[in-house]
Amino acid sequence: MTSRRFWRRNGATGWALSAPATLAVIGFLLIPIGAVIAGTFMDPRGVFAPYIAYFNSGFRTTVLFRTLQISAITTIISLIFGFMTAYVVSRAPGKLKSLLIVAAVFPLLTGVVVRAFAWLIILGRNGILNQTLLGLGIINEPLEMLYTQGAVVIGMVYLFVPLMVLSLVGVLENIPKDVLQASSSLGASPMATFWQVLLPLAVPGLIVGAVLVFTGSFTAYATPQLLGGERQTVLATLLQQRAMVSFDWVGASTIAAIMTVITITIVLAMSHVARRINPMAT
Amino acid sequence: MMSDRPHFLLIVVAALVYLFLMLPLVIVVGAALSDTTYLTFPPQGLSLRWFENIFEISAFRRTIITSLQIALLGTLIALLIGIPAAYALNRFRVELPKWLGTLFVLPILVPEIVFGFALLKSFTVGTGAPIFLSLLIGHTLIVLPYVVRVISASLASFDFSIEEAAISLGSAPVKTFFTIVLPNVRAGVIAAFILAFITSLNDVSVSLFLTGPGISTLPIQILAHVEQFFDPTVASVSVLLMFLTVAVMAVVERTLGLTFLAK
Repeated sequence: MTSRRFWRRNGATGWALSAPATLAVIGFLLIPIGAVIAGTFMDPRGVFAPYIAYFNSGFRTTVLFRTLQISAITTIISLIFGFMTAYVVSRAPGKLKSLLIVAAVFPLLTGVVVRAFAWLIILGRNGILNQTLLGLGIINEPLEMLYTQGAVVIGMVYLFVPLMVLSLVGVLENIPKDVLQASSSLGASPMATFWQVLLPLAVPGLIVGAVLVFTGSFTAYATPQLLGGERQTVLATLLQQRAMVSFDWVGASTIAAIMTVITITIVLAMSHVARRINPMAT
Repeated sequence: MMSDRPHFLLIVVAALVYLFLMLPLVIVVGAALSDTTYLTFPPQGLSLRWFENIFEISAFRRTIITSLQIALLGTLIALLIGIPAAYALNRFRVELPKWLGTLFVLPILVPEIVFGFALLKSFTVGTGAPIFLSLLIGHTLIVLPYVVRVISASLASFDFSIEEAAISLGSAPVKTFFTIVLPNVRAGVIAAFILAFITSLNDVSVSLFLTGPGISTLPIQILAHVEQFFDPTVASVSVLLMFLTVAVMAVVERTLGLTFLAK
């Protein structure tokens, strides 16, 4: 009898069941991050003093723009190659397609440190690429490839292409084949079908993929740390240095606030755009 | 009729992308097996001595244990609080506000490195909590979104009228949940467990701030080691982690089919 009364279909049970998870997120994530951001506005030097100090420093503004630049380049490269690869994967016959999907999932499940380390072996001064080029007599001196922006971008593209491929395969498979067949049977060339039918239908998926890759590379730590070093300091590595090496908590909090605001703005703006283009997309 | 086969050049590009994805991992495996004291590929002389070396370095031994403990405990706690939340989100969809679903996605929406720093500054330093506890809380939260999302996806296709039928026939709600609802989303729970475990095991950005004297996780130890030594030990640890991933993927393949992870 009591069980039946307990089962009354009301929100209270729902709230009670979700309470532990809700309180955990609020107590350990929202409040700590809120406190960090709020703290930056309580500086004795003035309300916006830490931000004025940040943008007055040539080095720190360079770091911000470098981070944005690396993320933008990574996103564009991942979009282009991810889309072409996803297109081929989505057209592959059944067995091969599963194999290709597994081959894209595997690097994703391998940790970021391992994947950055792989490029350290390849691009290092005594790395495999230099050894090979020297051995073939193409170069006489080892090339300085590590600790360049190029090295960071390669490491980031390596990190995010599988993510792009997997999310775009899903998008491309959801486009009904009939639509493409209709287009070609009405006389459109394969190129016209691709540019005028397939691509526009894939745009919401491309936006979602782009947001994932951009925010992912904007906040990545291990890859720029290992492949970029101090010469290619980005926001994430600067935040770690400020907090753990210089113990500059205000500086670190300011960087944290800037990263949070930029990330959330991009996510919200782009999901708004994606929804306007295709109301069916979530 | 348009041929279903993509353009030749596209196939070439896709093949090159896959080569780009696979080759570095092959190189890591090769470097790990090399008998040399420096990293090289192709391996010169095959040897497993760098694998033995992992367990001879006490920092690696210790961090492997810490990482496994944190990943296991964090995942279990996330399931413990995430499953009821996912159930409530689906069962009481009308009664609960929409933002509650968004709240559970927040840990992957905010930059992980910001979360790690905030947890250190506001919680660990603020309350003087032990590092292990902070690590556990941090990892539980970063895997919570995966748990809630994957199990919600499973529950979305569950017909709740079955549950109501059981209850109206006299089964207690809690018992009904365990005997009717949970078995129906078993696949989702397994997938959530695996995704969460691997995510926790590989995490860098949160653990980065939550290390102290004598306590650290494996990825942080790898980062520290790489910055000092350029020997194949890290390659061997990487191969060890890859083996673990392959094992986990094999389990997923057996139980659910791998395309499940692509969704």
